[in-house]
Amino acid sequence: MDILDIIKPENQVFCKTKLMTDTALSYCPGCGHGTAHNLTMEVIDEMGIMEDTIGVAPVGCSVLAYDFMNIDMTQAAHGRAPAVATAIARTWPEKYVFTYQGDGDLAAIGTAETIHACNRGENIVIIFVNNGIYGMTGGQMAPTTLEGMISSTSPYGREIKSMGSPLKMTELVANLPGVYYVTRQSVHTHKHARKAKKAIQKAFENTRLKKGLSFIEIVSNCNSGWKMTPNESNIWMEENMFKYFPLGDIKVDGILKQ
Amino acid sequence: MSELKLMKGNEALAEAAIRAGADAYFGYPITPQSEVIEYLMTEQPEKRTGMVVLQAESEIAAINMVYGAASTGKKVLTSSSSPGISLKLEGISYIAGAELPAVIVNVVRGGPGLGTIQPSQADYFQSVKGGGHGDYKLYVLAPASVQEMSDFVEDAFNIAFKYRAPVLILSDGLIGQMMEKVYLKDQIPRLTNDEIIKKYGSWAVTGRKNRDRNIITSLDLQSEKMEARVHRLMKKYEQMEKEDLRYEKILCDDAEYLIVAYGSSARISQKAIELARKKGIKAGLLRPITLFPYPKQVLFELADQVKGILSVELNAGQMVEDVKLSVQHKVPVEHFGRTGGIIHTPEEVLEALEQKIIKNGHLRYHKTRESSIL
Repeated sequence: MDILDIIKPENQVFCKTKLMTDTALSYCPGCGHGTAHNLTMEVIDEMGIMEDTIGVAPVGCSVLAYDFMNIDMTQAAHGRAPAVATAIARTWPEKYVFTYQGDGDLAAIGTAETIHACNRGENIVIIFVNNGIYGMTGGQMAPTTLEGMISSTSPYGREIKSMGSPLKMTELVANLPGVYYVTRQSVHTHKHARKAKKAIQKAFENTRLKKGLSFIEIVSNCNSGWKMTPNESNIWMEENMFKYFPLGDIKVDGILKQ
Repeated sequence: MSELKLMKGNEALAEAAIRAGADAYFGYPITPQSEVIEYLMTEQPEKRTGMVVLQAESEIAAINMVYGAASTGKKVLTSSSSPGISLKLEGISYIAGAELPAVIVNVVRGGPGLGTIQPSQADYFQSVKGGGHGDYKLYVLAPASVQEMSDFVEDAFNIAFKYRAPVLILSDGLIGQMMEKVYLKDQIPRLTNDEIIKKYGSWAVTGRKNRDRNIITSLDLQSEKMEARVHRLMKKYEQMEKEDLRYEKILCDDAEYLIVAYGSSARISQKAIELARKKGIKAGLLRPITLFPYPKQVLFELADQVKGILSVELNAGQMVEDVKLSVQHKVPVEHFGRTGGIIHTPEEVLEALEQKIIKNGHLRYHKTRESSIL
C-alpha cells in the first residue's frame, strides 16, 4: 500500500501552516521558540493577513526567525525592533507590523525603544519571549534571570544586591497609557499554547482595529542555557519562572486588571 | 518654476526634503541642527504631502526608524550633529550592510566628546573612513552653501536609490545656521504605496503578495556568503567612483599653488585665493563636492602643475591624508585648520599658504629631496 493511499486530503485533520518554511529550526530541541513561531504564523495564516504583514526579527536566538517565518521580514539591530516597527507602521498604517524579541533584546539593550514605542502607542504587536537567559551567546545573565539562578556571567547565582532584580518589563509597559493589551502566556503544554495563540490573535485584531500597542510576553524555557533536559526545564519553569512572572492578562482593552 | 527664499541652511534642507517627495523624517534634537525637525514639525508636511515626521527618543531610535522605513522602500531621512551621528553609526552600518537607501545629514560641530556647538569639520574621518563597524562606505556630499543644502537632498535620494546605499550629507554648523537666498525646487510627488511595491517589489518588505517573501538583513553566518555581500558593496563603491564623483575647480587653469577645501572651508578658501591673486600669487581651489568618492585622479594630475598644496579644513588635519595619498609625493602637501569651533578667516588661510607652502614648505620639500638623493 502506498502512503498516499492512507494520507488522503479528505482525511486530513491538521497540517503545518504554509507560513512556516520547511527549513529545519535552528533552535535546540525542547526550546519554546518553535512553538511560538508556529502559533504566530498560524494566526497570520488563519486571519488571512499574510499579504499585509511585516515582521521584525531581533538579535538573539530568534535572529533567524525570517528563515522559518515564510513572510516579509526585516532584521533589526539588537534591541531596536520597536523603533524599526514604529517606522514601518507609521509609513504603512494599513499593514500589520509585529516584532518578535527575546529578553536580552527587549528588556536590556532595547529598553528605551520598547518603553517609547509602547508609550507612543504604536499600532504594532510585540511578541516578547522571556526565557531568563541569553541563549544565543551561550547562557549569560539576562535582565529577567531569576534571583539565585546560575548563568555563565552569574556563576554563583544572580545576587540581587550587586546585579539587581529580574526586570518585569511586561508589568512596566502595562502602566503606559499607549499600551492597549498586555498579557503573559507560555507555550509549554497544548493548553498553554492554545491560550497563547488566542492572545496573539487578539493582538493582531487590535492592530486591525488600530487600537494601539499589544504586548505579549511568552515565558519560555532554555533547556540548553539552564543545563536541563527539556522536560526538567519545563517543570523548573512552572515552579520558578511562573512564580515571578505569573501567567495571565495584565491589561485588556486598555484597562489594567486588578 | 522655482521659488526664491531667504532661509537658514537647516531650514532649506528640511523644506527640500518635503519637496523631494520624502516619505518620512525621524530625528532627535541636537544643536546646531535642531531647526531641521523644528521646521518640519511647524510645517506639518503630513498635511502637504503625507510625509511622516516623528521625534524619536534618541538618535539610536531615529536611525533604526530610518532602517525600518527604508526596508519597505520608503524615501526616508534623518539628521543630527556629531555626537548624535556617533550614536547613529551602528544603525548606519546596518543600513549599509542590509543595502538600504537612506539619507543621513550631519551638521557637524566641534569634538571630541560633547565638544562644542560651534562649526567644525572634525567628522571627516568618521564620514569617509567608515565610522561604524565593517567594510562599508558612505557616499558623502559636502554642501558649501544654503543652496546646496537644499539641492543636495534630492541628489542624495537619487544616489541612495541608485545604489541602495546610505548617503551622508556632511554639512557643518556654519552652513546649517547661516541665512542665504535659496531657490527651492518644485514639489516632487511622493510615490504611492502601489508605485513603491511595483518599483521596489524585488527587495522591499511590503507584505508578501503575489511574489516570494522578501527579507532585509545584514546577517550572513556563512563566511562565503558574507564575503560575497562585501564584494557586492565594494562593486557599488567602485561604480560610485566611476559615475558619481563630484568636484569643483576654481581658478585652477593657471594655478601655481593649490588649496583643497570642502564645505564652509571652501567658501573661506575661495576668498583666500582671490586675496592671493590680488597679491600676484597664482592660487587655485579644488573643492571636492563628494568626499567619497574622492577626486583622487584630479588631484594627482593637478600635482603635475602646481608647486604645493594646502589642505584647509576646520579640524586638526584629516582630509590632508587623502590629499597626500592622491598626490603621491609629487609636491609638498600641508594642512591648515582651526579647531574647537573657531572659523579661520580668508587672511589666515592666505598667510598659511604663504608660510607653509610658498615659503617654508617648498624649501623643506627640496631639502628632503636633496638628502634622499645624497
